[in-house]
Amino acid sequence: MDDLVVQTDGLTKRYGERLAVDSVSMTVRRGEVYGFLGPNGAGKTTTLRMMLGLIRPTAGTASVLGRPAGRPDVIARVGALVEGPGFFPYLSGRDNLRTMARYRGLGDDAVDAALARVDLTDRAGDRFKAYSLGMKQRLGVASALMGEPELIVLDEPTNGLDPAGMADMRALVVSLARGGQTVLLSSHLLAEVQEICDRVGVINGGRLLREARVDELRGEATLRVRATPEDAAIAVAMRVAGEDAVRRTPHGLELGLPASAAPALVRDLVTAGVDVHEVSPTERSLEEVFFEMTTTAPTNAVPTEARVS
Amino acid sequence: MTAVIDNPMTRSTRAELLRLRKWPAVWVTVAVWVALALMFGYLFPYLSYRTGDLSFAGDGDTRAQLLVEMLPAALPTVLVQGLPMFGGALALVLGAIVAGNGYGWGTWKTVFTQGPSRPTTVGGSLVALTIAVVGILALTLVLFTGVSLVVAGVESQAVTWPAAGALLESFGGGFLVLEMWALLGYTLGTVARGPALAVGLGLVWALVVENLLRGVGALLGPVEAVTEVLPGTAGGSLVGALIDVSANPNETPGILDVLSGGQALVTVTAYCVGLVVLVLVLVRRRDVA
Repeated sequence: MDDLVVQTDGLTKRYGERLAVDSVSMTVRRGEVYGFLGPNGAGKTTTLRMMLGLIRPTAGTASVLGRPAGRPDVIARVGALVEGPGFFPYLSGRDNLRTMARYRGLGDDAVDAALARVDLTDRAGDRFKAYSLGMKQRLGVASALMGEPELIVLDEPTNGLDPAGMADMRALVVSLARGGQTVLLSSHLLAEVQEICDRVGVINGGRLLREARVDELRGEATLRVRATPEDAAIAVAMRVAGEDAVRRTPHGLELGLPASAAPALVRDLVTAGVDVHEVSPTERSLEEVFFEMTTTAPTNAVPTEARVS
Repeated sequence: MTAVIDNPMTRSTRAELLRLRKWPAVWVTVAVWVALALMFGYLFPYLSYRTGDLSFAGDGDTRAQLLVEMLPAALPTVLVQGLPMFGGALALVLGAIVAGNGYGWGTWKTVFTQGPSRPTTVGGSLVALTIAVVGILALTLVLFTGVSLVVAGVESQAVTWPAAGALLESFGGGFLVLEMWALLGYTLGTVARGPALAVGLGLVWALVVENLLRGVGALLGPVEAVTEVLPGTAGGSLVGALIDVSANPNETPGILDVLSGGQALVTVTAYCVGLVVLVLVLVRRRDVA
């Protein structure tokens, strides 16, 4: 049980007639980066708030670090940025962190370390209200990092960040996990989540649809082949990959083979007199899986081909 | 060697004091209080005294009486006479913004995820607010002492200090009145989850509604019974008892002799305790977005 940093059981929150979170049971393991995914209004932030004791569940339980969620001794071991940074606008970034550090019983050295970690030292003396959205977000992350908490909860930490800031944030989350800290990350940026998360939970309409490792969700990699004549190509492909692993699609053939099988496949195709126009490895992105699970893909979604390298 | 007490309550208090000390709105409120207190406590009476116009600040006092009321011996009276009216109103504003703004800015959400329990966190905030109230009153006393010494010097009057007991009594009573209003503002800010409605409702209540109810109460017995336990009546009566308003009629708005000193003290103290309990219960149970 020590391996589970967060465990919820039938966690439910109802606001009048509206069921915001519906019997969510999820687990976050020690040392992992857990991505919590869902469209707007899916119930992500409400679930996180219940884990932090900010709101009371209507039903169900949440335990964090082996204790009931929201207890002071638990909260002291958790760093959190939930639904945007909430700081005093008239204080500088440094004084805001000093204020929060005092609540935690930390000194100014923890403040300086956190500011340096999010690259905000140079602007630490500026008032919070003068910060850009990205700087406010980084200050929120800095606040969550103070005191090296065992669990770090980051709700949309890349909101407002420029591409460089996003890359920094990605590197930061990875470094936190490498340092042994557990990160629970809620994000809309599925490519980011795919890259840095070990496991994900997908929530929609208040219900947890799936919780799995990222690679489990994405499924096996495939090879896409365009070759003529296609019937001859199919025969070769079936021989190499097996009958069940070959699928005809509008874009050519899709074979259930890893990228490493491509050279041998091409040799066999050419030997059989088939002209090979294209062989490319493909795998479903987390974004595709996410849209399949939550809704139909929006019209402005990035086309699959554009994501295939 | 100094022993530093380090527990969640002292940490919360230190954190709250840090952010209050650096908040311009707090200093604006203090500055307004100081300006009004000096204006009504010394400037207007002195102008009346110098010009011989006794129609406004003098309330019918003779010039000699006006001068006496500006000398150091009158400090216990001058210190508290502005509290029932604008002192209480400004303390209410202070309490309302200290509690209410945190909901709009989302800072309570951040603070509640730092470790100390909610009652401890809010308890620290209330202690910090109380320290601010004591500080404001102490600053006022220092300023008034200085001004009264200047008046005595300029008017070539002998400096006679008030009895320490009277000064202490005045300071303690004044603190209770200010604290009650500050806590009322804090409670309203907590209930409303914001400062605007809390300040608006609080000021309308303190400056208008209570006065209207007291007017109606003079005609209707049951209403009068209710007005006797309202905060404005209790605070005004406590100040009235401190400056012995029944023996020395004082037309300063808000200063009353409805309750005896003892009754007023108990009522004001009950408000202070009751409001703290109410805030702690509210904050402990509520969802914070």
